[in-house]
Amino acid sequence: MSTVTAHASTHHEAHGDEHQEHHHHETFITKYVFSQDHKTIAKQFLVTGIIWAIIGGLFSVIFRLQLGNPEATYPFLEDFLGHWAKGGKLQPEFYYALVTMHGTILVFFVLTAGLSGTFANFLIPLQIGARDMASPMLNMLSYWFFFLASVIMMGSLFVQTGPASGGWTVYPPLSALGDASSGSKIGMDLWLVSMAMFVVSSLLGGLNYITTILNMRTKGMSMTRLPLTIWALFFTAVLGVLSFPVLLSGAILLLFDRNLGTSFFLSDIVVAGKIMPNEGGSAILFQHLFWFLGHPEVYIILLPAMGMSSEILSVNSRKPIFGYMAMVGSLFAITILAFLVWAHHMFVTGLNPFLGSVFVLLTLLIAVPSAIKVFNWLTTLWRGNIRFTPGMLFAIGFVSLFISGGLTGIFLGNSALDIHLHDTYFVIAHFHIVMGVASFFGMFAGVYHWYPKMFGRYLNNTLAYIHFWVTIVGAYLIFWPMHYEGLAGMPRRYYDFSNWESFKNFGGLNQFISIIALIVFAAQLMFVINFFYSIWKGRKVTNQNPWGANTLEWTAPIRPGHGNWPGEIPEVHRWPYDYAKDGKEFIPQDVPVGADESKH
Amino acid sequence: MNEFYFIAIVVMIFVVIFQIAKASEYVSVLKGEEKSRKQNNKINGFLLITFLILGLLGAWYCNELYYGKTLFPQGSASVEGEKIDLMLYITIAVTGLVFIITQVLLFWFAFKYQEQDGKKAYFFPHNTKLELLWTTVPAIFLTVLVVFGLKYWFKMTNDPPKDSVVVEITGHQFAWDMRYPGTDGKLGKKNYKLYNQPSGNTLAVDFEDPESWDDLHTTEMHLPVNRPVKLVINAMDVIHDVGLSHFRMKMDAVPGIPTTMWFTPQYTTEQMKKRTGNPNFVYEISCDQMCGKGHFSMRGVIVVESQEDYNKWLASQKPEYFTFFPDKDPSKKALQLTDSASASKPMAQVMPNNP
Repeated sequence: MSTVTAHASTHHEAHGDEHQEHHHHETFITKYVFSQDHKTIAKQFLVTGIIWAIIGGLFSVIFRLQLGNPEATYPFLEDFLGHWAKGGKLQPEFYYALVTMHGTILVFFVLTAGLSGTFANFLIPLQIGARDMASPMLNMLSYWFFFLASVIMMGSLFVQTGPASGGWTVYPPLSALGDASSGSKIGMDLWLVSMAMFVVSSLLGGLNYITTILNMRTKGMSMTRLPLTIWALFFTAVLGVLSFPVLLSGAILLLFDRNLGTSFFLSDIVVAGKIMPNEGGSAILFQHLFWFLGHPEVYIILLPAMGMSSEILSVNSRKPIFGYMAMVGSLFAITILAFLVWAHHMFVTGLNPFLGSVFVLLTLLIAVPSAIKVFNWLTTLWRGNIRFTPGMLFAIGFVSLFISGGLTGIFLGNSALDIHLHDTYFVIAHFHIVMGVASFFGMFAGVYHWYPKMFGRYLNNTLAYIHFWVTIVGAYLIFWPMHYEGLAGMPRRYYDFSNWESFKNFGGLNQFISIIALIVFAAQLMFVINFFYSIWKGRKVTNQNPWGANTLEWTAPIRPGHGNWPGEIPEVHRWPYDYAKDGKEFIPQDVPVGADESKH
Repeated sequence: MNEFYFIAIVVMIFVVIFQIAKASEYVSVLKGEEKSRKQNNKINGFLLITFLILGLLGAWYCNELYYGKTLFPQGSASVEGEKIDLMLYITIAVTGLVFIITQVLLFWFAFKYQEQDGKKAYFFPHNTKLELLWTTVPAIFLTVLVVFGLKYWFKMTNDPPKDSVVVEITGHQFAWDMRYPGTDGKLGKKNYKLYNQPSGNTLAVDFEDPESWDDLHTTEMHLPVNRPVKLVINAMDVIHDVGLSHFRMKMDAVPGIPTTMWFTPQYTTEQMKKRTGNPNFVYEISCDQMCGKGHFSMRGVIVVESQEDYNKWLASQKPEYFTFFPDKDPSKKALQLTDSASASKPMAQVMPNNP
C-alpha cells in the first residue's frame, strides 16, 4: 500500500490546491440541496433510495403477514391503515395495492434510481479521472426529477381510493378502467405521471453518463483500460436511454385511454355492467410497449451489480479479474440481447407461436454470456489471496444468487415449460433471486466497498457481517421453497389460498416464509442504522487507499472536494487489474509502466 | 399492550446488538486491527464453507418436504402435459448439475484461497482456451434444451385435432362462464354491445344468429375423458388467464382478442381422486392474471368424466336461448315444433359431440 500513498502525495506537493474549485462560494443550499457535485448527487440518490427501500420492504412485510396467517387479525394495522385494514384484516384491494407498490418502488425507485443513480454518479467521474459529469446541471435536474417522481408516487399512497393496484406491470384494461378496480382511479393517474417524471430523470442521467464516459476520460484512460464497473454502468445507461422512452410512450397512451376517451389498448369491454364505447384497440399492445422497457429494465438493475461485483472480487482476491475482454464482450452481448427478448413475458398471451419460438431462442442465448461471466468470476477467485471484507462477502453472495436465479431462467425462457410455470410462485422465486436479491447484494457490496470514499469513515464491521449472514441465509430460506409452490401451480398475487383444493397445502410454508421475511427486514434496518450512524460516528479513514485498489478514485484525497483532485488529474498508464503482477501486490493505474515489467 | 412489549423487546435486541458491535470495534483496536482483521477473515472463510454444506443439505431436505406436494408425483392429467413434465425433468437434471458444480466451486475457492500470511495470489488474467470451453459447452447444452422445447411448443400450439370437443370459456370479474356449441357443433355469434339484451344475457350472445339457439351456457365445465378439447377463451372486462395446473395448461383471456388452447384429459375426476389419494380432489380453473380485488377467488371447476356420463350431462342441459325465449321451447309448446323445424336445420346435422 506504500506505493500509492507515496505516489499520490507527490501530486499534492507538486500542484498544491490551485485546482480546487474555490471560485464560487457554496452555501448550504448549493452544497447539500441543489448541488451540482456528482458525489453529493450520488449521496442524494442513495439516501432517497434507502428511504424508498424501507417503505417498499415494509410493504412486503405487511402483505406477508396476510399470506402467512390469512385467518389472523392485527388490530394495530387498523390504527395505521384505517379502512384499508378494517378490523385488523388487510382488505384485498389494499393487499393488491401493497403488492403493486412494493414492485414499483423496488424495481424503479430503489434498484434503478437508487442503484445506478448512486454508483454511476459517484464512480464515473472518480474512476475515469474527470472533475465532474459532462453536464452537472442536467445531473442535478436528474435527481430533482427523481425527487418529483418520488413525491408524486408517495402522494398516491394517500389518496382516498388508494394507490395503483393492478400489479407493477399495470396491464390495461384493468389499469385503464376506474370501474374495474379502485386502484385504477386517481391512484393510477398519479402512478403514470410519476413514472413519466421518473423516465425524464433516468434519461437526463443516462445521457450524462454516456457522454461523460465517452468524452471525459483522463489522459491514458483508453476504453480498454476502464474498470468493469464503468463498462457496466455505460451499458446500463445505453439500455436505459434506448428503452425508457418506450415506457414513456406506453404511459402516455394509457393516460389518453384513461382520460381522453382514446382506444389504444381497449376494445369490446363490458365492465361493471357498463358497455364501453372503445373499439379496435389491443390490450396486448401495451404489454409489448411495457416489456420493451421491462426486460431491459431487468438488466438496468443487474448490470451495475455485475460490474461492481467484478471489481470488488478482483480487488479482494488480490488477483486480476479473469478474462477482462470476455467480461466486456459478455456485457455487450447481454445489452444487445436484452432488447430482443421482451416477448418471453408474453408466451401465454396468445402470441403467434412462431414469434414465440424466436423469442425462446434469443432468450436462452442470454445464458451463454451469463455463463461466461460466472465462470470468469470463479476463475478470479481461484488461487487468489482472498480477504473477506463485507463488500467481498456480498460480492460472493451476488455470484451465488446470480447462479441460483439465473438457472431457473432457463426453465421460464423455454416457452413450453413456461406454460405451466408462468405467473406462479416459481416466477416470483426466479426474479426475486436473480434480479431483486442479487442486485441488492451488488448494491450492498458497492456501499460497503465505497463507503470510505463517500464519507471518509468506515461502517461498523461486526454489524456488516451480521447483516450479510442474516440476509443471505434469509434470502435463500424465503425464496428457495417458493420454487416448489410454483411447481404446484400456485398462482402469483393471491390474497388467500385457503379456498383452493389445489393450493391450500402450503399454509405452513407460507407462515415460515413470512417469519423469515420479518427477520430479514429487521436485519436491513440494522444496516440502515449502521449506515446513518457511521456517517457521523464511524471509524475515520486514515489510509487513502484502504483496500489497496488500483482504480483512480483511491488516488483522490480521503474526502475529495468538488473537482475531485486538488492537483492535476492523474494520468493513466495501465489497466486497473494489475494485482499480483511481477511479485507486487498491486500497481495502481497511475503508476507508469516500468522498463522491465512483463506484458500480459 | 402486547404490541408495546413486542416493540420494546425488538428495540432492546437492536440496542444490545448495536452495543456489542460498537464494543467489538474497541476490542479490535486493543488487539491490533491487523490481527482482528485476520481473525475475522478466518471466521468468515469457515462460515462460507459451512453455508455451502448446510445449504446443499437444506436443498435436499426442502425437496424431501415439498416435492410430494407439487403436481409432479401424481403425473400430468393431460396427454400433452406429460411432455412438459419430461422437459421439466431434463431441465432440472442439466441445471441441477451446473448449480452444484458452480456453487461448490464458488464457496470452495473462497474457503481454500482465503488470505494466508506469506501467500501470493497467482497472476492469471486470461486464457483463451478456457474461455472458449465455457462458451461452447453451455451453448451446446442450451441448443439441446431449445430443440426439445420448441418441438413440444409447436406441437402444443398447433391446430387441435379435427374431432376435438369445443368449449368456450369466458372470464369476467370474478368468475368463469362456459358455452357449449350444442348439437350443431357451432357456437353462435357474440357482440359485446348486446350485453344484457335480453336481460341476463351476460355473455352478450347474438340470438339473431340461429347457430346460438342450441348453445348451452353453464358455470361448470364438463369434459369427456381421452378426447381432445379445444377451449375458445374470451374475457368480458379485463385480462384474465385460464390456468389449468393439473393439465399443465395456461392461456390468457383477453377482451377483444379471443385465444385458444387444446389438450387431452387422460384421467377422470374420480380416477384423480384415487391417484392423489385425496377424496376431495377436484380439477380447478385458477385465474392466473391479476384482474382486480377478487382475483384470488376467481375459481372454476372442471369435471372430467366418461363419454357416457358426459353425454348424459349434456342432455340434461337446456339451451340458453329457451330461457330467454321460453315460447320457442319445443318441450313446452309442442305447437312451436313444426315452426322451428324448418328454421333450425343445422340441428339435424351430424352430432360431433356424440360419435
